[in-house]
Amino acid sequence: MAEILVFSEKDEIAFELLSKGRELKEELCLGLAAALLGQEVEGRSSQYFSYGAEKVYLGESALWVDFYVETYAQALQRVAEEGGAQILLLGSTKRGKELASRVAQKLGAGCITDVIGLRLEGDGLVADRYALGGNTVASEVIKTERKVIAVMPKTFEAFPLEDGEGQTVHLDLELPEPRVRVVERRPKEGEAVNVEEAEVLVCIGRGLGAEEDLEMIWELAQALGAEVGCTKTLASDFGWLSEERIVGLSGKKCNPRLYVGIGISGQIQHTVGILGSKIIVAINNDPQAPIFKIADYGIVGDLYEVVPRLAERLTPP
Amino acid sequence: MQIVVCLKQIPDLQQIRIKRDTREPVLEGLPFLLGDMDKNALEEAVRIVEQRGGKVTALALGSPKLRDTIKEALAMGADEALLLIDPAFADSDTMTTAKILAKAIEKREYDLILCGEGSTDNYSGQVPSRLAEILGLPQVTYVRQLEFTEGGLRATRDMEEALEIVEVSLPALVSVTSEISEPRLPSLIQILKAAKKPLQEWTSEDLALSAHEVGKEASSLEVISNLAPEQERKNITLEGEVDEVVEQLTDAFTREGVIAR
Ligand SMILES: Cc1cc2nc3c(=O)[nH]c(=O)nc-3n(C[C@H](O)[C@H](O)[C@H](O)COP(=O)(O)OP(=O)(O)OC[C@H]3O[C@@H](n4cnc5c(N)ncnc54)[C@H](O)[C@@H]3O)c2cc1C
Ligand SMILES: Nc1ncnc2c1ncn2[C@@H]1O[C@H](COP(=O)(O)O)[C@@H](O)[C@H]1O
Repeated sequence: MAEILVFSEKDEIAFELLSKGRELKEELCLGLAAALLGQEVEGRSSQYFSYGAEKVYLGESALWVDFYVETYAQALQRVAEEGGAQILLLGSTKRGKELASRVAQKLGAGCITDVIGLRLEGDGLVADRYALGGNTVASEVIKTERKVIAVMPKTFEAFPLEDGEGQTVHLDLELPEPRVRVVERRPKEGEAVNVEEAEVLVCIGRGLGAEEDLEMIWELAQALGAEVGCTKTLASDFGWLSEERIVGLSGKKCNPRLYVGIGISGQIQHTVGILGSKIIVAINNDPQAPIFKIADYGIVGDLYEVVPRLAERLTPP
Repeated sequence: MQIVVCLKQIPDLQQIRIKRDTREPVLEGLPFLLGDMDKNALEEAVRIVEQRGGKVTALALGSPKLRDTIKEALAMGADEALLLIDPAFADSDTMTTAKILAKAIEKREYDLILCGEGSTDNYSGQVPSRLAEILGLPQVTYVRQLEFTEGGLRATRDMEEALEIVEVSLPALVSVTSEISEPRLPSLIQILKAAKKPLQEWTSEDLALSAHEVGKEASSLEVISNLAPEQERKNITLEGEVDEVVEQLTDAFTREGVIAR
């Protein structure tokens, strides 16, 4: 039977995709399978069954060590061709996007990455993604017979079944040596922040003159009971805050009750991450800054004057 | 070192107008710019060639407006430009774009192909990976630092949870993030010099591609709709002395019930 094939290097994303896959397979009359490729994967299929996989393709190999995308793409191509996969649901992580593109090209398939919504409309599977740098949301259909869809993490909720059972298919893969060798891996200081779930979010941008001045932003955040997020510039270029805090197209998408943007111009790649906010407040000294167009309340002023006063007023004596 | 940099021209997204009633974007008449990360890739290529010798070719597929847009790449230091312009190429998706770019690259000598991590408008990241697949090249994605070794390249990849230092031999395809370089602002002299640099143009015929293999007809995707998300905002500007606006804002917080107190 033709099937939906799920894969992500992150189990939790694979479970989200399987949960959505259960819904799609009913309507499309397809099977639901997952690929589990890596080292020491043997014992993990039962978890995949519990999220709805009817079949798990298991590929155990020492060559999986560094997640070299080309080898994963080769393995998935084989699984897709032999198992008759019509829809490949992958995770849109950095590795996942590269994998999706590679495997799509191998399969001669159309592919959509960074998908934020997926639904059946008529006979077609419609995927939503941001387009024009975040100005719009494009709804697209893949016209090729096979379809590769890379979905953003946390787009779907993972929910397990009461009882899930399935069949394990052991893959006998002959994989080439990776052409890219990993010589070192330097873990990033993982910070346990979750700006996506913040109810109140204070975001700071390039209007901040110096790293020391972050102090003032933290004080305001504390007074508001807020989490601190930032634009890409402050994290990626200046390194003042961790990348976990970037809000926007390549960062986190947030839905706080209150968003306060400080010294942020409001370029679309940032604001696409805050459209779900209930109330948007902007503080910027340039009255022409585009952020004012999407703000509920705007203050045209110097953040160095406004922020301390605001923090002061919000802090109980 | 022969480097091909793939650059895409993008309508200036800061200037997009959204129609109020239909939420449709209006793209007509917008000026075109080179993609942000494509410029990072070009800057890196120019610096490599300045240090090690060789040639930088700027390769771009797009509308006739490219003839103008590409001048910036030449002023920034590309040695030559190769433009792929043909009405048949219009509305090419990622699959056909990669196909067309690959055909052009196959006709050239190269050691290294540089792309942006994602294009400023589409940001799909598909074109570089598809290109690497068609050309049979190893690809290194999300590169924020690049060094040369005896056997090839050492690259620092910026992954979610770690920086990954990898090695690969040439030829290879590398896609870069914005951290890799700060694109230079060309001087007047460089801008004037750019006008004399070689600029070549190829159509589908030069690439031996027929009209049904490219453009809209060959596209693997169909766009059902493309609209701005609905946004209803109050757009209230608070005015007065700092103390007054701060008071107005905290009153608004209370009124809106957005902060717990
Ligand atoms: C493909 C792609 C993906 C991207 N993804 C993201 C993303 O996920 N998130 C993100 O944030 N960016 C992203 N960017 C970058 C984005 O385009 C912008 O460069 C960035 O958001 C701008 O940050 P900013 O507002 O801090 O800086 P700027 O645009 O430089 O704005 C600074 C603002 O501060 C104001 N200001 C200056 N001094 C003061 C003062 N004293 N008081 C008050 N205001 C002051 C200025 O008027 C100005 O409006 C992406 C870009 C690309 C090309
Ligand atoms: N039309 C094009 N012409 C030249 N290069 C392109 C084109 N489209 C995409 N690219 C390259 O592929 C990268 C990723 O684009 P995308 O797949 O659209 O995210 C860009 O940063 C460019 O380097």
